[in-house]
Amino acid sequence: MPPDTEYSAAEHAHIADVVHLTEATWLRSIWTSQPFWVTVALLILVVVMSLTEPSFGTADNAANITRNFAPFGIMALGMTIVIITGGIDLSVGSIMGLVAIVAGLFLTWEYPWYVAFSMGLLAGLLCGAINGFFVAYVGMPSFVVTLGMLAIARSLAVVFSQNQMLYKFGPDAPTVKAIGQFKWPLRVGSGGWAPDWMPEFSGQFWTMIVLGLIVGSVFIFSGWARHLFAIGGNENAARLTGVPVNRIKWQAYVFCSFCASIASILQLGYNGSAINALGTGYELRVIAASVIGGADLIGGAGSAYGAIIGSALLEVIRNALLMAGIDSNWQGAFVGAFIVIAVLLGMQMGGKSIIAAAWERLRTRK
Amino acid sequence: MRGRLNLSLLEIRNVAKSFGAIRAVNGFSLTIEAGEVLGLMGDNGAGKSTMVKLIAGNFPPTEGEILVEGKVCHFHRPLQARAMGIEVVYQDLALADNLTASQNVFLGRELKKVLWPFRILHKQAMIDRSGELFAELKSETRPRDLVRKMSGGQRQAVAIARTRLAQAKLVLMDEPTASISVRQVAQVLELIQRMKARGVAVMLISHRMPDVFAVSDRIIVMRRGGKVADKLTAETSPEEITGLITGAIRAA
Repeated sequence: MPPDTEYSAAEHAHIADVVHLTEATWLRSIWTSQPFWVTVALLILVVVMSLTEPSFGTADNAANITRNFAPFGIMALGMTIVIITGGIDLSVGSIMGLVAIVAGLFLTWEYPWYVAFSMGLLAGLLCGAINGFFVAYVGMPSFVVTLGMLAIARSLAVVFSQNQMLYKFGPDAPTVKAIGQFKWPLRVGSGGWAPDWMPEFSGQFWTMIVLGLIVGSVFIFSGWARHLFAIGGNENAARLTGVPVNRIKWQAYVFCSFCASIASILQLGYNGSAINALGTGYELRVIAASVIGGADLIGGAGSAYGAIIGSALLEVIRNALLMAGIDSNWQGAFVGAFIVIAVLLGMQMGGKSIIAAAWERLRTRK
Repeated sequence: MRGRLNLSLLEIRNVAKSFGAIRAVNGFSLTIEAGEVLGLMGDNGAGKSTMVKLIAGNFPPTEGEILVEGKVCHFHRPLQARAMGIEVVYQDLALADNLTASQNVFLGRELKKVLWPFRILHKQAMIDRSGELFAELKSETRPRDLVRKMSGGQRQAVAIARTRLAQAKLVLMDEPTASISVRQVAQVLELIQRMKARGVAVMLISHRMPDVFAVSDRIIVMRRGGKVADKLTAETSPEEITGLITGAIRAA
């Protein structure tokens, strides 16, 4: 058909236009993305604090802050995956407590550290598998299922520990502590090579970075993540196109509890002890970090970078308030305000971020 | 008889479907040939949706047979029907708003490439291929655009491109023009013409008389679960079809 070929030639020119256009939209998509604005807010906060508070901008404080938010960053990676499916996991804090107690008990019974850690991890994964089963295969709301798990896992942690702190870890105690307190790079003073201006980043921090890179690559390159986002966007459509919706949702909850378990084990090693209250209230901070980082509670949006930068922002706010000598009871108010502001900045109005929309309105009024 | 020598794309023989005591479809027969556009009309509750679901493989019929290219097929899942070249464009289009056009086209059948030891998404190939499909459909849809930001007509193009990707032989379209603007309706009707030109059979389920008359070769009217008319579009009129739908005319 001759007219057909004519059309397709015209169409090819069109596609070249498209490629040109997408480059502009690529820049715009960064400009309108929530993680971008959170990064800007974080940088401003860091610069202001470094200028006003001499003890803030030190290498030691950098190591301190990154160690403090790493467990939240690790858990926010898992939480982001669950939130992308349109669900939520309220049980991560309790799972931390249970994992720490299970691992702690096995250490107390003088099992080698790897057995203890594996048993803790197994307990955490089991919790996630149960969450995922009821959400994905039974079809219950994730809020209800994980709220139940929040209570159950915490209660089990208290029962198993007989409400005692576990700290007599037997022969492997030094190894456990070495894992938890691992640092890199070490300064010259402590037997390493790093100069004094370099922070000695914690093992937790490096774990978070490695996990973040893995999750980030999975998001960019894998079909699994493509399906994950499709489920969050339109679960019914995903099902109709043959996406294994139930299996992927189940995997999301298992991965979320895997992250909580890893965070718990690292925390256990760092503290050198296990308490059943570990992780109490963490679920809210983890959800807050994910949402600040751009995860959409309706589902279908979120990123690994956002999860980490969101947890970083929360910790820097907390640290800054402490250093500024503000009563720590104010933290909740500030953190809460930042959640609302971050979501507001990332909000889309007619395809533009709310800032771009407001700016345009201001300009046109003049 | 054409059917004897050259097997029909789809043949439905005396199909009935009951849900408990309710008989939704009763003694329905139909043949569709390649490249044919068929309008399926009927009032609400006439059994159109049940008929679509039977062909699309949501459930098997209670009685009768469905033959695809001469082979008896009793589907239990939509994936089985799809394997036989039957695709459905749902009324809500079944698109994920948060993904791009090309991501939607390839949803559930993504192209992969090997980056040892992993198999990763071949994004460029998918963007190129969906760009070709949109060009083929002469749609302005761009592969990298988010579906959320698209017009109704562009969304239809994405949903139809998905069926083209699968090399569908029969596309069922459930109310494709129900909730879009007049200009977009024209676009969708054009898309149907293009599918026809490429030898794809289209079954158009619609309430909009002008749309059905504009594109269909044949019109089937259903009433109370049965077929009351099967007429060439050229040999009937909107008045007659309306009469058949409402029951003012018993059968034709």
